[in-house]
Amino acid sequence: MVERILNEIPRFFEYYSAIFLLKAMATTLLMTLLGVGLGFLLGFLIVYLRQTPGMFWLPVRIIAITYVEVFRRIPFLVILYLVLFFIQAVSPNASLFTIATIGICMLSIAYTSEIIRAGFESVPRQQVEAASAMNFSRWKILRNVIVPQSWPVILPPAFAYMVSFIKDTALVSQIGVVELTFAGKVMNNRGYSALLVYGTILILYFILSYPLTRLGAHLEKRLAPIKN
Amino acid sequence: MHQLKISNLSSAYGKNVVLTDVSFTVQKGEVVSLVGPSGSGKSTLLRVLVGLTAPTGGSVTLQGDTINYKNKNSVNLSRDRMAIVFQQYNLFQNMDVMRNVTIAPIMIKKRGRAEVEDEARKLLEQVGLSEKLSAYPDDLSGGQQQRVAIARALALKPDLLLLDEVTSALDPELVTEVLDTIRELASGGMTMIIVSHEMGFVREISDQVIMMDEGRIVEIGSPEDIIDNPKTQRAKDFFGKILRH
Amino acid sequence: MNYTFQFGVALESLPALLKAAILTVELSFFAFWGGALIGLAGAAAKTFGGRVVRQLAQAYVVFFTNTPALLQIYLLYYGLPEVGILLPSFTCVLLGLTLNAGAYLTEIQRAGFLSVRQTEIEAAETLGMSLWLQIRFVIVPHIAKTIYPPLANMFLILILGSSMAAVFSVDELTGTAINISTETYRWLEMFTLVAGVYIVLTFIASLMLAFVGKRIFRVKARMF
Repeated sequence: MVERILNEIPRFFEYYSAIFLLKAMATTLLMTLLGVGLGFLLGFLIVYLRQTPGMFWLPVRIIAITYVEVFRRIPFLVILYLVLFFIQAVSPNASLFTIATIGICMLSIAYTSEIIRAGFESVPRQQVEAASAMNFSRWKILRNVIVPQSWPVILPPAFAYMVSFIKDTALVSQIGVVELTFAGKVMNNRGYSALLVYGTILILYFILSYPLTRLGAHLEKRLAPIKN
Repeated sequence: MHQLKISNLSSAYGKNVVLTDVSFTVQKGEVVSLVGPSGSGKSTLLRVLVGLTAPTGGSVTLQGDTINYKNKNSVNLSRDRMAIVFQQYNLFQNMDVMRNVTIAPIMIKKRGRAEVEDEARKLLEQVGLSEKLSAYPDDLSGGQQQRVAIARALALKPDLLLLDEVTSALDPELVTEVLDTIRELASGGMTMIIVSHEMGFVREISDQVIMMDEGRIVEIGSPEDIIDNPKTQRAKDFFGKILRH
Repeated sequence: MNYTFQFGVALESLPALLKAAILTVELSFFAFWGGALIGLAGAAAKTFGGRVVRQLAQAYVVFFTNTPALLQIYLLYYGLPEVGILLPSFTCVLLGLTLNAGAYLTEIQRAGFLSVRQTEIEAAETLGMSLWLQIRFVIVPHIAKTIYPPLANMFLILILGSSMAAVFSVDELTGTAINISTETYRWLEMFTLVAGVYIVLTFIASLMLAFVGKRIFRVKARMF
């Protein structure tokens, strides 16, 4: 076994396969950034909609809450397939990358909105009331009082989520997007030892995730005392 | 014209009735104190006035204009002319003292920065905090934070100042500095509604004292009438228990 | 949109889906308990072990929590045969999920160990409790109460995570949905239905976990 692996290594890490793997890794990274970036932006929107007061906005609030609760209780693979078939029914020429990105965003929003919401709710209600009594609009209160004080509560779970998200992107290989896991399957199909291929891919994922985990842990330590 | 006229004001939250049929008037320059046991609706009344709690009946008229608490513009009007100081000071923890005081005049009232900062400095001097302009709330003592909160409220140039148990959360030795500040405001002619447990202070500074219990007004009159000579049994019990210490 | 919904076909497959749901629950259940045992060993190793043992446990946790579970299973599924170990799909997936869960459960249980306060132990000692009594009446209940919410959450995560088994032709919920869809071509309806089944499944599981938590461990759970 070890002999086989040692024999295959030179060919495995040959120029074209190496480039192939690196490109796949870049795709994974790109999807992660898009998913988390858009996820937080749209997650913020969901939280904003969810907290809009007044009877008039009740349907919007209900939709926002339902979205979050539903998409947190469905496996990502199912979400991905649903998005795939839905989009293909509507627009058959959509690229797999686009479909996958939409899928991971829909997943991401459900989780990021909860992180953001927890952050916002950690700001003492009394400061919000004081601002309200001084005629601050909702938006001004968010911008000047709530958001600045939410960072310490949002950042550590946000980093943890990013790491977990990189792992979720592995599933998009199932609909044919050429990211890291898919690349692994391709290499394995070309005849390389599974131990070599998947071992390497695992290490590559590790290289993507571990720094983020450490950064998140570091931030958590630094931000903890400020959280008062 | 009255500065503030409250007629038959009620507020309920589901089955929970917090205010029933509250009526009184406040003249310009008058100091009105609300006293009574906890839960009697005193703080709720102030919260209703600035639109933090919804009234379910009655009316509030501010300088001749009736406020419709269901209408956003109307509520903004009431907030424009009234300022409230809370028991927990409620300062913005992410801003320093100067910013806490100047943010509303600059961002909400849209006044010029230089002018507002100038006034803020004067106000902070008035409350005795000129050396703390760039300090953050958690560097300050409770009494200092409360004085910043008062300066913040004054920076809005309100016609009516509401003070909700502003000394109740303070260590006894810090209470005096805040009461002194309020005393100065009163002699300066500020119209105020004060909710307080400091009975001696209330007696000294008020033009009108209103005793409340369970959401209703029990007695209303001058400090001597209410505190020294309560007429109802409830008022007698209340003041009897308080003044004994 | 050129697609007419035909839910009838999907609904007919409900019995098959419910049967598959049992497999989903089996996977989650065994992965959880297997992982919990590994986690207990790991947590003990990290808290009480010597340097080498601690570092090994740490390496295990770090590796399995920073790489995707899907790939861990790929490695087992395609790699084990290469060294001569042939396992059925279900076992392979279960092994992968268990090892993965074990890493997270190590951390959860370690947090539990660390949460025991010196003051509680001292109080128990001064009351004259032997070590065994202390463990039984003070330490274990305290740890159980602390780690119950993250444990319950882990179980729910496993229910959703079990859907990966579909990639390896295991006929749990997602796998069955794929199978039926390839036959009936009613992909959207099937997957909508399956999504619904997962929601109901996790909902029932949360309710039960919250109930158990409240009654046995006296933990207040948050449903939404």
